[in-house]
Amino acid sequence: MMAEQNRPEMKQQIRGPKGPGSRMRGPVPKLDHPGKLLNRLMKYVTQNYMIPCIVVLVCIVISVAANIQGTMFTKTLIDSYITPLLLSDQPDFSGLAYAILRVAGFYAIGVAATLAYSQIMIMVTQGTMKRLRVDVFTHMESLPVKYFDTHSHGDIMSIYTNDIDTLRQMISQSIPQIINSSITVVGVLCSMLILSIPLTIVTLVMVGVTLFATKKCAGMSSRYFVAQQNALGKVNGYIEEMMNGQKVVKVFCYEEKSKEAFEKLNEELFVSADRANRFANVLGPINAQIGNISYVLCAIVGGILALNGFGGFTLGGLASFLTFNKSFSMPINQVSQQLNSIVMALAGAERIFRLLDEEPEQDNGYVTLVNARIENGELVEAGKERTGIWAWKHFHQADGTTDYQRLEGDVVFDGVDFGYTPEKTVLHDIKMYATPGQKIAFVGTTGAGKTTITNLINRFYDIQDGKIRYDGINVNKIKKADLRHSLGMVLQETNLFTGTVMENIRYGKLEATDEEVIAAAKLANADGFIRQLPQGYQTVLTGNGGNLSQGQRQLLSIARAAIADPPVLILDEATSSIDTRTERIVQEGMDRLMKGRTTFVIAHRLSTVRNSNCIMVLEQGRIIERGTHEELLEEKGKYYQLYTGNSITA
Amino acid sequence: MVKTLASYVKEFKKVSFLTPICMVGEVIMEMVIPMLMASIIDEGVGKGDMGHIYRVGMLMIAAAALGLIFGVLGGVFGARASTGFARNLRKGMFDNIQTFSFANIDKYSVAGLVTRLTTDVTNLQNAYQMLLRMTFRAPASLIIAMIMAFLINARLASIYLVAVVVLGLILSFMIRKAMRYFREVFRKYDDLNASVQENVTGIRVVKAYVREDYENKKFSKAAENLYWMFVRAERVVVSSSPLMQFTVYSCILLISWLGAKMIVADGLTTGQLMSLLTYCMNILMSLMMLSMIFVMITMSTASGERVAEVLNEKSSLQNPEHPDYEITDGSIQFEHVDFSYSTTAERPVLEDINLSIKSGETIGIIGGTGSSKSSLVNLISRLYDVTKGRVLVGGKDVRSYDMETLRNQVAVVLQKNVLFSGTILENLRWGDENATEEECIRACRLACADEFIQQFPDKYETYIEQGGSNVSGGQKQRLCIARALLKKPKILILDDSTSAVDTATDARIRKAFAEEIPDTTKLIIAQRISSVQNADRIIVMDDGKINGFGTHEELLANNEIYRDVYESQMSGSGDFDENGGAA
Repeated sequence: MMAEQNRPEMKQQIRGPKGPGSRMRGPVPKLDHPGKLLNRLMKYVTQNYMIPCIVVLVCIVISVAANIQGTMFTKTLIDSYITPLLLSDQPDFSGLAYAILRVAGFYAIGVAATLAYSQIMIMVTQGTMKRLRVDVFTHMESLPVKYFDTHSHGDIMSIYTNDIDTLRQMISQSIPQIINSSITVVGVLCSMLILSIPLTIVTLVMVGVTLFATKKCAGMSSRYFVAQQNALGKVNGYIEEMMNGQKVVKVFCYEEKSKEAFEKLNEELFVSADRANRFANVLGPINAQIGNISYVLCAIVGGILALNGFGGFTLGGLASFLTFNKSFSMPINQVSQQLNSIVMALAGAERIFRLLDEEPEQDNGYVTLVNARIENGELVEAGKERTGIWAWKHFHQADGTTDYQRLEGDVVFDGVDFGYTPEKTVLHDIKMYATPGQKIAFVGTTGAGKTTITNLINRFYDIQDGKIRYDGINVNKIKKADLRHSLGMVLQETNLFTGTVMENIRYGKLEATDEEVIAAAKLANADGFIRQLPQGYQTVLTGNGGNLSQGQRQLLSIARAAIADPPVLILDEATSSIDTRTERIVQEGMDRLMKGRTTFVIAHRLSTVRNSNCIMVLEQGRIIERGTHEELLEEKGKYYQLYTGNSITA
Repeated sequence: MVKTLASYVKEFKKVSFLTPICMVGEVIMEMVIPMLMASIIDEGVGKGDMGHIYRVGMLMIAAAALGLIFGVLGGVFGARASTGFARNLRKGMFDNIQTFSFANIDKYSVAGLVTRLTTDVTNLQNAYQMLLRMTFRAPASLIIAMIMAFLINARLASIYLVAVVVLGLILSFMIRKAMRYFREVFRKYDDLNASVQENVTGIRVVKAYVREDYENKKFSKAAENLYWMFVRAERVVVSSSPLMQFTVYSCILLISWLGAKMIVADGLTTGQLMSLLTYCMNILMSLMMLSMIFVMITMSTASGERVAEVLNEKSSLQNPEHPDYEITDGSIQFEHVDFSYSTTAERPVLEDINLSIKSGETIGIIGGTGSSKSSLVNLISRLYDVTKGRVLVGGKDVRSYDMETLRNQVAVVLQKNVLFSGTILENLRWGDENATEEECIRACRLACADEFIQQFPDKYETYIEQGGSNVSGGQKQRLCIARALLKKPKILILDDSTSAVDTATDARIRKAFAEEIPDTTKLIIAQRISSVQNADRIIVMDDGKINGFGTHEELLANNEIYRDVYESQMSGSGDFDENGGAA
């Protein structure tokens, strides 16, 4: 029995550096509806594994029963065999041999049951964890961009790195252990009651004392743990800040002062950590020794009872009882120790479920993008073949007709109002149009709402008022996937994925051949540097292309947009200070990409702005000026000020 | 590694010794109890001696009480020793990092240093506690229980010996296998999380290309893969529990059978048989515990190595033996300077640099990324040492000065600058801790920072959040300049420090410098020609070499790179909105 109670800890240790340290430290969080949460969690686990769960339960019962019968056998051994055999002149061991064989049989069943349930449990927990991971990820992918903008990436990541992992431990260790312990407690209690009621009372009283001591100790300990947690937070915060600013520390010769400040925080942490650990450490021996005292008391009382033959209590009964006494307090202690980690895991589960409960991105669009060909001057759906001509398939519910509208890249904003929250409108009454192939530039100071506009055409966010029309169709009617397929995006922050350069460019069009990828790279001016990479197009990028320069990453994202070949482009120029030479290469790539496409560009470079068909000057969410470069310069308004760089305040 | 770490136990040596002693004490008491119990059964119950039961019972309670005292003391000492050890490690690392040169700092990432100071230390603290409290306890318990068992009956006890050897061998085999599997699992696990991270940060790309299904499929495949690896690893681990059960049960049955025969043959008593059965548990449990300790310690060695690495790192810059504490003026000379960041680099970052800058001059430095502009100026305040040649400040080699003196006289506003949590005044006083408020305000006026500080409700008492996250990029840069000005340096170096400041303000700052601190030598690194064109002289850097050095007009006339940059910026590929950049 003790054997398996030991197992979970071992697994926990194997998790290594990342594991226990971080989790154990946190103060126990408060939960609103732990019961409900646990219930939901159990449902989630049993949903796919009802039968295995039942089998596990049955196996645990068998395993515990085998153990208990083994302990009971001590009584039989002493009372029914050893004592009578001692008295007989010609001891006959055949009965004993038979009894031992029978016990061995039960034991064998017990071991088999343990083996079975531990193996099945792996399938259940790991299977559930796999499902949970996939569910969480799939659901996350379905969430609107807004979710990612309003939740810190660190928080989202911690669901994967902490919460799911904590839950894994709970499901694979705490729950089986609690089930096992509970069944053991019940089984042992029954056996004890059968053996001797007075001794059972003694044992129960001592268990009460243990629980009381545990509560006292844990209370003290948790108070100090909170203090330790705070001190740790301060130390970590200070460390992070100083390590970040270490070079500044050097430049200002601030070493001694930062040492002093750290010393103080470090000392505080030491004092609180010492106390917190002290109480946590003391709990173990206290419980162990109360357990020993309980054992001793039972030995004394039981000895007296056996001596007097009180209520038929025998020496063998005492022997069995003492073993039960040991195996009774242990599971109770273990359950109480597991409670903490269960609460922790439930807090994690709460965050996981909260993510799973988030409303996914809604899509009521019904206008789809299809391949088309022209027959007798009319657009007709072309089926599977790729014709190079795309059309919007628009089904009119009113009269049941379907018509086709050629995809051209004509975009109209009509009186668009938008705010990230309903209370605060950031774009007011935006009116503009772009005919196919035109280039529209947005300029304005930070916070004027330039980037926001790019979030609306592709419906990352939905507008509050007004209409956006794409080729004459309200974008709300277009299926989001098809709408986005027809729009290319090159963002300021370049995001690349782990994989080869080839795969990263192909991201824009999964079925693209190697030749197409290379052609796109050439168009984007990226081919040159890619060929200089150690493995060329097969070079593996990791950590968002960390081994590439900012400019090179941008070139890749341009190539990625180029291969998708969309009629409309949304471009957010990078502002970071890349050097003039690289900048020119990037600029060239962008210019080539823009050719023949309707382009919306958040402009930072004069050259981009200058050859735009129309420049929108944004201020506080409104278009305050519009026109070509020359027209706007004439106007001598805000654009003129921005251009000459005379009125901007940082 | 062990030696390095052990030297940080320091004042906690005593408690570190006492902890295992107490733990062993606790074990001895625990082992005595079954022995006494045998006596109760045989002498007391067996012979009907009530008095014996009481007497031995009292002894047992005394043993439990002693055990309690040992256990509690062990816990208290263990807590103190391990948390104290952690404190010393943190202090040791932090203090050593303070002595690091820039070259040392470059070797580690910020995140890496933070992990070493936090998570790794916590791991070591836990491991040390485990080491003190368990590493002696478990073998002691194993050995004492074994001895007790042998004392009772050597023939029966030898069953345990066999069991221990067999179980030990199987366990160690399993651990090795499991650890190997788990290492693989967690590597994969980290990969999986890394790919989630990419999806979170790149969600706009995923959505823009409608790649949700593609990513889902990719993730499912990886999750499936991880699932099988987890199952494989866990299978090994969980098989320890039926194995353990099997061993325990076998021992119990064997002892029961043989013990019963011996009792009848008069070689053993019933009480002894019972204590033997109890020791069976103790012995096999200790073995299990021992294997756990082994795993735990092995796992923490990685942390130990990382911590020891920082503790053993020696600063690459040393103060001279008889340093100069006086810098006469702000002149700078470079004599045949070569510089590389590492000794193994193929070619130097700076090659044969010769320069002579007079005190009070304003020097602009321009050049593409990677042209070693920053490397050049970093040598002046001896943030790095030259590889060849020498750098002179005030006519003397920078290596002859006291480093603190040098750095106070040569103020650098770093490219990647940071403000610290605290009020604006506190941040400014990094430059001069005794500066009066008036002096701070004056410095801020010079850096054109006063104008926006006055608009904050709390003015100079405004609290700056960690990393200066509550001020804009341009404001941060101006505060950093003001902070450097408070040093009243002889040489002021601005390393691309006004990139987020708009052109007009940038110009005003430069004007203020020219008027208010004319005697200070000023070196200004910039991307914008407009920031440097009014300097006395301009250095054009290209690929680690000085490509040109002269006035704006001279360079326009005869430096190709300079002319190229000038034209491209004037003809319209420069920044449009100065605000957008590093804000």
